[in-house]
Amino acid sequence: MSETLRRRILSTTCIIGFFVAWELLCLLFHVSEIVLPRPSQILATLWTRFPAIWPHALQTLYTTLVGFGLGIVIGILLGMLIGSSRLAYDVAYPMLVGFSSIPKVAVVPIFVLWFGAGTVPAVLTAMIMCIFPIVVNVATGLAATEPELQDVMKTLRATKMEILWNVGLPRTMPYFFASLKVAATLAFVGTVISETVASNRGIGNLMMIASSSFDVPLVFAGLFILAALGVALYVIFSLIESRVTGWAVRSNNFAAGG
Amino acid sequence: MNASPAKPAPSGNVIDLEKVRVTFGGDKNQVTALAETSLRIAHGEFVALVGPSGCGKSTILKLVAGTLTASQGYVFVAGREIGADHVRIGMAFQNPTLLPWLNIRDNVMLPLKIVPPFKQAFAEKRKSEYRDRVEASLARVGLAGFGEKFPWQLSGGMQQRASLCRALIHDPTLLLLDEPFGALDQFTREELWEIMQNLWIEKQPTVLLVTHDLKEAAYLASRICVMQARPGRIVDDSVVPFDRPRTIDVSFAPEFVSLTQRLRERIVAARAVQEAAS
Repeated sequence: MSETLRRRILSTTCIIGFFVAWELLCLLFHVSEIVLPRPSQILATLWTRFPAIWPHALQTLYTTLVGFGLGIVIGILLGMLIGSSRLAYDVAYPMLVGFSSIPKVAVVPIFVLWFGAGTVPAVLTAMIMCIFPIVVNVATGLAATEPELQDVMKTLRATKMEILWNVGLPRTMPYFFASLKVAATLAFVGTVISETVASNRGIGNLMMIASSSFDVPLVFAGLFILAALGVALYVIFSLIESRVTGWAVRSNNFAAGG
Repeated sequence: MNASPAKPAPSGNVIDLEKVRVTFGGDKNQVTALAETSLRIAHGEFVALVGPSGCGKSTILKLVAGTLTASQGYVFVAGREIGADHVRIGMAFQNPTLLPWLNIRDNVMLPLKIVPPFKQAFAEKRKSEYRDRVEASLARVGLAGFGEKFPWQLSGGMQQRASLCRALIHDPTLLLLDEPFGALDQFTREELWEIMQNLWIEKQPTVLLVTHDLKEAAYLASRICVMQARPGRIVDDSVVPFDRPRTIDVSFAPEFVSLTQRLRERIVAARAVQEAAS
């Protein structure tokens, strides 16, 4: 246990050290807060202007979670389709790769054209940002299912649905959760892109307005909030992952829990 | 299933391969995995298939298991053509192939969740009757108290025992064994032979065992079919006369040794033919 404790202390120290170094270097070289505010200034801004920032943060979180949720549902369905059908794979894969190569900023104006500025384009942008990694991972997971495990089911005369439900999907869970951690952070990127371009609410919009009035500490406060939300979501999914797919990691904690 | 003569009437045998052929590949580089083969196995027989690698042993097993379709001929299991039936089949593979996300109990219970008539009552009985059934089955193979463990927490031999439990939990009429003891050490193997034999004596399922091990075949089976490769076919079919229950001591008896010796010679000859052909 002392080994893990030491590792934790060391990593925490290094992370704090990064911000301390940032603070000190800014002080040392007299960097103006319009160029790069110090962490202490950013924290102070967060504290004093919290009532103004709070609704925007909530809006961004809400938009991201809705987009992320939609992305998960569509991603799983598409992934299952692609992973279990050769034709669907041949058709959908090139299209997905092409689609994901399009910069999402370019798509936002189209969404705005269709649905008007505001929450809907932000949700949709978040959704399309996170679909790709989920689809690819779910499809890979299904394709990676050992034929031996499928044979076990086939000799029992299991139906396709039973095989998918009892072998395919559980086998895919580690891949799925790995993609969720990537997708969760990508969803934030999608939301903020859309908010920056076409919304009057959300952290993206807040940062846009702040930067146009050279309120750089507020811009950085927005970045801090985004980073914090991203980390929080990542941690939540890591925790769920270790509970659901502990068998793939084979840690001792899981054995005790199972 | 094309270009075959008139469909024969199904007989009373559990397994009935009628002039079955299996080929892989297209017209140009076609490989015959199994030349025209007929094999009949009666109810309650314990048949071992032995032979060199690539002789089509596993092909026959897969045909009966339904994971492979014959290119020609008919495969009957329990008097019905394969695929359209509800014969209860249990199968154990060379690897334990336990599902890594389920604990041992749930792994062994899997067939009860899939196979009728057990699956209809799965939701209500999984915590009571089925659970007891699994525990009893685990206890028989020396795995009492391991139900909560996950496959990776068990040794290879223990996993293989659990896999045997899974193959037998739904009282299959037909048990297919694809070298299930092959990857185990000598002592574990002999221990599992004994367990296997007891299970067979008790429930009398029809068993089709694929193995490389002649001693294993002679110890367990009541009939041994020797196969030869290129193309795969059955070249010898002999009855094993020893009384049951057999013990490991039987394997040192002169009749036993001469039987395995004779089988060995057949296989060596088969291999020689095979090498000359290649």
